[in-house]
Amino acid sequence: MSRKSKRNQATQDAPAPQAPARSGGISRRSLFIAAVAALLLAFVSGALFYSSEKAQAAQRLAAKNRELLASAHSPSYGNADAKVHIVEFLDPACETCAVFYGHVKKLMADNPGRIRLSTRHVPLHQGSEHVVRMLESARAQDKYWEALAAVFAGQDRWTLNHRVYPERAWPALEGLGLDLERVRREMNAADVAARMERDAADARTLGVTKTPEYFVNGRPLPRFGLEELQALVREELRSAYK
Amino acid sequence: MSAPLAPGAAAQIPSDAAWLLVFACWLVATSATLGALFFSEVMELPPCTLCWYQRIFMFPLVLLLPMGLFPFDAKVVRFALPLALAGWLVSIFQVLLVAGWIPESIRPCSQGVPCSEVQVEWLGFVNIPLLSFLAFSTMNALLVAAHLRSKR
Repeated sequence: MSRKSKRNQATQDAPAPQAPARSGGISRRSLFIAAVAALLLAFVSGALFYSSEKAQAAQRLAAKNRELLASAHSPSYGNADAKVHIVEFLDPACETCAVFYGHVKKLMADNPGRIRLSTRHVPLHQGSEHVVRMLESARAQDKYWEALAAVFAGQDRWTLNHRVYPERAWPALEGLGLDLERVRREMNAADVAARMERDAADARTLGVTKTPEYFVNGRPLPRFGLEELQALVREELRSAYK
Repeated sequence: MSAPLAPGAAAQIPSDAAWLLVFACWLVATSATLGALFFSEVMELPPCTLCWYQRIFMFPLVLLLPMGLFPFDAKVVRFALPLALAGWLVSIFQVLLVAGWIPESIRPCSQGVPCSEVQVEWLGFVNIPLLSFLAFSTMNALLVAAHLRSKR
């Protein structure tokens, strides 16, 4: 019986939208359209508000960054007087870091003498701390940049599915003119540990939780991406070298 | 106009209530959908696997429910309820996961974003999985109420 009455009711209700007076003055259709409009408006204004807030927060962070980023202990590459300074937080085991490294080098080659690069180490992968120690130790022999490039180039031989096999990274350092015995001996030295501690502390303060993370003259990327990095560097180059 | 409708007047009152209940359910579904899109597209929080399953059950309701509103067809509850129930079960699972009541070993998502990770928290306990659970619970209650109303 109830099933039947339901069916009757459905057929009776079919012309409902043509009888707007029934739902207390406003028609169902206009109620629905008003709701769609209100929800979309809320979404769009929320999105606009959020992105402007985020941009302001990035600016504030940038202002706070300058002293933390200007770390005298970090390896630095390129013209010391360059007016555009890229600070990169990297993990030697991070694939994206290895890919981006080539692009950063190309940006520097395309703008000779105008870009300086500093690196900070954030070993987020388990086991990549060992590789960071190797790199830090190579600095004593003035071979950091060669070692970093070699470690990135041979990355697929010492990482597998985001797992790090630190011992397999050693062959990558062969043929660079490094005294590997000395690297091994010095990689556990107190100054290496102190520099790594400093990098980790600054990364925490700056909210670096992913690698690679770039700061160009203290400004963070508005959102992660190669094009965003290139655009930010271009922008800083334009304002520094008018 | 009112004269020919008079015999059906008794049935119209409950169906009007049923229409409002389904409409309220659509409001919840659409707010939840826009909210989910806000989290992933505007705030750029990566959705975990369980979030995707809940989205699969939530997003279609935004389009499906209005089909039953214009013109009103009480049978829309029959089509909407399975989706709402399935989404509700997934959301219960995730709430239990976040609360730590479901042990590590049967967590389905080991890659990407762990579904037990809380990315956003308000007032110390309101997080995204809880919002999803509340939305699905409300929708199920509204759909069942609409069904009961239209049956009367």
